[in-house]
Amino acid sequence: MRGSMSTKTKKISSDKVFDIFNYTLLILLIVVVAYPLYYVLIASISDPYEVYGGKTFLLPSKITLEGYFRVFREESIATGYLNSIYYTVLGTVISVALIITTGYCVSKKTLPFRKAIMVFYVFTMYFNGGLIPTYLVVSKLGMLNSVWALILPGGVAVFNVIVARTFFESSIPEELYEAAAIDGSSNLRTFVKIALPLAKPILAVMVIFTMVAYWNDWFTALIYMNEKAKYPLQLALRQVLIQSQATATMMGNMDGGYAEANKITELIKCASIVVGSVPMLVAYPFVQKYFEKGFMAGAVKG
Amino acid sequence: MAVKRKTTAAAVPVHKSLAKQMMKHWEFYLLLLPGIILTIIFKYVPIYGVQIAFRDYNAVEGFFGSPWVGLKWFERFFNSYNSVRMIRNTVLLSLYSILWTFPIPIILSLLINQVKSKKFQRVTQTIIYAPHFISIMILCGMLRIFLSPYGGLINVIAQAFGAKEAVNFIDSASAFRTIYIASSIWQDAGWGTIIYLATLSSVDASLHEAARVDGASTWQRILHIDVPELIPVIVIQLIMQFGNLMNVGFEKAYLLQTSLNKETSEIIATYVYEQGMLKAMYSFSTAVGLFNTAVNIVLLVVVNRICKKLSNVSFI
Repeated sequence: MRGSMSTKTKKISSDKVFDIFNYTLLILLIVVVAYPLYYVLIASISDPYEVYGGKTFLLPSKITLEGYFRVFREESIATGYLNSIYYTVLGTVISVALIITTGYCVSKKTLPFRKAIMVFYVFTMYFNGGLIPTYLVVSKLGMLNSVWALILPGGVAVFNVIVARTFFESSIPEELYEAAAIDGSSNLRTFVKIALPLAKPILAVMVIFTMVAYWNDWFTALIYMNEKAKYPLQLALRQVLIQSQATATMMGNMDGGYAEANKITELIKCASIVVGSVPMLVAYPFVQKYFEKGFMAGAVKG
Repeated sequence: MAVKRKTTAAAVPVHKSLAKQMMKHWEFYLLLLPGIILTIIFKYVPIYGVQIAFRDYNAVEGFFGSPWVGLKWFERFFNSYNSVRMIRNTVLLSLYSILWTFPIPIILSLLINQVKSKKFQRVTQTIIYAPHFISIMILCGMLRIFLSPYGGLINVIAQAFGAKEAVNFIDSASAFRTIYIASSIWQDAGWGTIIYLATLSSVDASLHEAARVDGASTWQRILHIDVPELIPVIVIQLIMQFGNLMNVGFEKAYLLQTSLNKETSEIIATYVYEQGMLKAMYSFSTAVGLFNTAVNIVLLVVVNRICKKLSNVSFI
C-alpha cells in the first residue's frame, strides 16, 4: 500500500485532520437534522408574535401554552388521539402476531411447500390490484368505517415477514429445536417456549415498526373512513396542517384579520406537530440497539 | 429418459412421505392459515378484480358482470392532454429522488463508522434516525411552516441575505421537486445508514488493524477496506430502488400538491386517487394504475437482468 511509504508523524497528522473534519461534519449534520424539530418545539410554546418577529431562533420567547390549549380544545384532535391509540394498539397486536408466526413457519426448512408459500407472499410485494379493486373488495365486505379496514388489508407486512424469517433462520441454532423434539415437545410448544423467548430482539423491532406504521397512517383512513368521528389523529391534523391556508383566508375576510389569524394558525400548527409526533419519537430510542440486527437480517435476503 | 423413469418410480414413496411430512407439520399450517386467508382476500381477489380495467364497472353487476370495453380506458388515458406530463413527472421525480438520496446514506455511514467514541456514535444515530419516525402528514405540515411566505423561516433567512420579496414555495411548480427531494433527504438519509452501518460493523477488525500497522491512513482504510465491503449491499439496494421507480411516494406528492403546482406535482398515483376516489371513475382509475404497475414490472425485470449480467462480470 502507498500508505506504508509515508512517515508515522505524517500519517498521524493526516488522520487527525480526518477526525477533525469528520466530527465537524457530523456535528453539523446533527444540527441540520435536529434544528427543524427544535424550532417547531420552541415555536409551539412561544408567543406567535415573537415567532413571527424572528425572535425564537434559539430559545422560546414569552412562553405560552396557548397553542396546546387550542389544539386539545379542538374536538377532532382529541377524538383523533383516542382513535389513533385504539387503532395502533389493536393493529400492532394483530399484525405482529401475523408477522412473527408467518416468519417463524416459513423459516422451517423441513416444511413442505415452504418455497411456494414464500412465492405466494413475495408476489404481492410487486404486483397488487391497486387502489380501486382493493377498495371495492373492502367495501363489499362491509368494512367501510370499521377498524378492520385499517388493519386487515395490510396486516401481513411481507417485508417484515422476510426480516422475521431471516432472524429465525440465522439466530436460533437448529440443535435447540432438535433437542426439544427429542424431549417430546410439540411444534407449537417449541415455538412458544423456545423460539419466542429467543426472538425478543426481532419482536421489539417488529413492534416498533408496526406501531409507527399504524400511528403515522392517514391514507388508509382517508379511503375507508367516511365518518369524521373515526378519523385517526394524523388525518385530523390534516385540517390544521395542510388545509389551514384556506381557513386563514376565510378568516381574512374579517377586516385586518388575516395576519392575526395566520399567526395563531402557525402556533396551532406547531403545537399539533409536537402532539402528533412525540409518542413515536419517545418510543424508538428504546429499541434502537436492535435496529441493525433486524435490518441486517432483512438485507441479506432482500 | 432415464431421469424421467427414475422420478416416476420414486413418485409413490415420495408422495407418501410428503403427506407424512405435512401431517408432521400440521401446527405450522394452522399458524400460517390466518395470514394466507387474509392475503387471498385482500391481495389476490383485488388482483383478480383488476379486470375492471377492461370493463365498464358498475356497482350492480360488479367485478365480473360489468360489460367488457377492451382498451377503452387506456386509450382515454393516453389521449388525455396531461398523460405525457404525468408519466414524465412520475419518472423524473423518481429518478431525481434516487440520484440525490441514494449516495448520502453510504457516505454518512462511512463517516459514522470512523467515529471512535461509541457514545458520540450512538447519539448521532439516535438523532439522525428521528425524522424517520415522523409521519408524512407532519413532515408536510412542517414544510408548510418553514416555507410559508408569511414569516416562514426560509423566507426570513432569504430576506436577511437580501432577497427582495417572500416566495410562495409551496405553490411554485419549479420548487416542487426540490422540496420533495430535500425533505426526503432530511427525513430518511439518517435511517438509510442502518443497513450500511450493520454491514460495516461486521467487517473483521483485524483487517483494519493490519492496515494501520502497515501505515494506511484512515482515508485509505475507508477506500480499500470499507467501500469494497459495502459494494454488494449497494448493488442490492440500487436494484430495489430502480425496481420501484414508478412507485414514487404518493403520500407526499399528494399532500404537497396544490392547484398551482400541478405542472410538476401531478404524478400517476395522485391522478389514480383523484379519478378513482374523488370522481368514482373506478374502471378508468384502475386502468391507469395497472399501466403504472405494468411499467414498473417491466423496469424491475430489465434492471434485474442488467444487474445479473453486471454482477456476473464484476463479482464472480
